[in-house]
Amino acid sequence: MNGRHSVRRTLWAVVALVASLGAFADDHRRGPAVALFPKYKQECGACHVAYPPGMLPADSWRRQLSNLQHHYGTDASLDAATLGELSAWLGANAGTYKRVREAPPEDRITQSAWFIREHDEVPSAVWKRPAVKSASNCAACHTLADQGDFNEHAVRIPR
Amino acid sequence: MIQPRLIRCIAAVLFAGAIANTAHAATPAELQTAYTALSNTTAVPDRGRQLFTSRHGREWSCSSCHGEVPTQPGRHASTGKPIAALAPAINPQRFTDAAKTEKWFRRNCNDVVGRECTAAEKADVIAWLRTLP
Repeated sequence: MNGRHSVRRTLWAVVALVASLGAFADDHRRGPAVALFPKYKQECGACHVAYPPGMLPADSWRRQLSNLQHHYGTDASLDAATLGELSAWLGANAGTYKRVREAPPEDRITQSAWFIREHDEVPSAVWKRPAVKSASNCAACHTLADQGDFNEHAVRIPR
Repeated sequence: MIQPRLIRCIAAVLFAGAIANTAHAATPAELQTAYTALSNTTAVPDRGRQLFTSRHGREWSCSSCHGEVPTQPGRHASTGKPIAALAPAINPQRFTDAAKTEKWFRRNCNDVVGRECTAAEKADVIAWLRTLP
């Protein structure tokens, strides 16, 4: 009786441990939340969500900053001093973990294999809704995106 | 004859100073005055409205992101991100920072018109926005 109880307890402990490891792995996969550099948030967050720097590798950020005059169809040019500050911060905080190490096509987060995989259950019609408009409009569904929180519990897909 | 030129000169110096010092707070009226002084013209609000609401041989007009009547919030034409109202009467933060004003005119005129806007055009646009309730 006693032995069976302790086996059960051990089993529960193992289950709890595995669950917590899973949760940790999940968090790790999302990458650590980096506090956003205020100037980055101000400048880059004016037209779109201030994307977490860990979502692209350093090479992608470098290419983007070197061509802000032609930034996905718009002129997003900055003065040299601001550019230098952003370049240092993005370089230091760029993604280095496995799934982000390789630059996605056109240096677009939305073309990254992990991004496509994470969103594979979202029907294509949802992306076209006026309230969403673009895959780059994270905040349309990720209600805490502006705080760097992309946890799916905070996802509310607009009608 | 000399007086307008002198005023223009002073305005240019003030404006350059305002641009160099990003902490300098300006008012929409001051920025408009500085632009008219640089261009040696009088601002015409209706010309500003036309520039703002028309397309100039390209995909977007200013209104594509800021709305036809920018007393309302706009939305970025490609990313969908909300843009606070541009009319200073509705959004008192607008046109209170010369460097910020210059930055956005530079970028957005390049997107909409395919070149930088002239000082006269900038004065017209600010003049029109200032007429909005």
